[in-house]
Amino acid sequence: MSTVATDLQAVVEDAAAHLYVWALKDIPQDLRDALVEAQKRETSVPGQRVLQTIIRNVEIADDEKNLVCQDTGIAVYTCRVGERFPLHPVRIYEALRDGTARATLEHPLRSNAVHTITRENTGPNVGHRLPIVHWEFVPDWDGLDVKCVPKGSGSENMSFLKMCVPADGVKGIKQFVLESIVGAGGKPCPPGIVGVGIGGSADYAMYLAKEAIARPIGTRNADPVVAQLEDELFELLNETGIGPMGLGGDVTVLQCHVEHADTHMTLNPVAVNYQCWAARRATAHVAADGTVDLDREA
Amino acid sequence: MTTTHEVTFPVTDPEEILKLRAGDEVVVQGHIIGIRDRTQIRIFDQGQEPPMDLRGAFLLHTAPGVRKRDDGGYDKVCIGTTTSARMVRFTEPLGERYGVRAICGKGGFPDEAIEPMRRHGMVYFAIVGGAAALETTQIEEIEEVAWEELMPECLWKFRVKDFGPLTVGIDAHGNSLYHDVQAAAQEKLKELFARI
Repeated sequence: MSTVATDLQAVVEDAAAHLYVWALKDIPQDLRDALVEAQKRETSVPGQRVLQTIIRNVEIADDEKNLVCQDTGIAVYTCRVGERFPLHPVRIYEALRDGTARATLEHPLRSNAVHTITRENTGPNVGHRLPIVHWEFVPDWDGLDVKCVPKGSGSENMSFLKMCVPADGVKGIKQFVLESIVGAGGKPCPPGIVGVGIGGSADYAMYLAKEAIARPIGTRNADPVVAQLEDELFELLNETGIGPMGLGGDVTVLQCHVEHADTHMTLNPVAVNYQCWAARRATAHVAADGTVDLDREA
Repeated sequence: MTTTHEVTFPVTDPEEILKLRAGDEVVVQGHIIGIRDRTQIRIFDQGQEPPMDLRGAFLLHTAPGVRKRDDGGYDKVCIGTTTSARMVRFTEPLGERYGVRAICGKGGFPDEAIEPMRRHGMVYFAIVGGAAALETTQIEEIEEVAWEELMPECLWKFRVKDFGPLTVGIDAHGNSLYHDVQAAAQEKLKELFARI
């Protein structure tokens, strides 16, 4: 049993090291399609220039096997752990941390991690509570899904939270999302994915917003009421005229995704988390026997 | 209708900057200087003179990904551009004290940059943020690095070829695309709020 566990830890570490670099170089097909679609409908001159440059950049990253964007971000992982997966989450975390560090040193990748107060570098994209790992535990399953989302700072800096009151209603939610994205202007590298988290608590709303930006582009929330809000916000955000890189135009966002949790009767939290156009993500499905299936589209 | 220009940096003739108008497309040749938050904090807040000549310079907001060679030099790995707005307060002294002519980054500068840029004959160039794979191919060589202890936020000198396409975001005549886009969007918000 301990042998299996040790091997599995090495497998997860290898997967993490691979996912981090792969996500940075090879963006998902749904994102590529969304960028081409955006370029077709953009009518402003600077907007066209930006979108054509973005598409050319993605092709060059493919040809040169280089990173799409230099900001290797903070490594954020989402783990879905089956209750019978034979490696404890303590060891999964170690594997993700070690894989992140190894990828950073071997490639090499720019190391962004610093102590929040001293600003001294804390290691190869690892440090106290870095990388960030979110956990979900799945009953009656023996597998592990690891999704790596390297999150750039330009877009992460454009994160916003408002504790609306119940009387603000859905209108309050919409207004806050619109104000946030207009206020962000060109800073988060539009057009990207606007993630919105509603309900729960202050911290959970922001977690949900982060979950929303990691979904494949254009997927819709299973709850039809929430899905309708996604459609409405997507239309409204593209009417603001902020445009590609904030230079003005028709395409301000590629998509808007909303995740929700039920909340207290007196709460109406709304969180906005932005994901830049280089919306990088990559997933590994790890089976209990150590078999790994890599998946760019999940 | 917008115009396309080619400008070689550093510039000596102020007209090279004054001819540029907000919205124009620009491709850059010559030498550019990489600079970032900590570099400028050191120059302006800690009072250390930059060990490179910034007269007529093109500054790029960057912290490049590089690989150190055995001979002490650096090879490029991936060089892209960071958000400019964090560094807007350095615009005035960069122009006044050091004669910088162009600042290039992504996301734009807020309105407080407009007047210093007009006064000192400077422009802000918008690059496409995140398009680092392309940008890396346009940087021919890392020629000089100063203040290596700030890695990666050192002072970098790059030789570039066909660097761009850039868009003039703020020109030296008081025009800013960011101001115009933001003003129109604020008007639009009023309309949208009335509708939802």
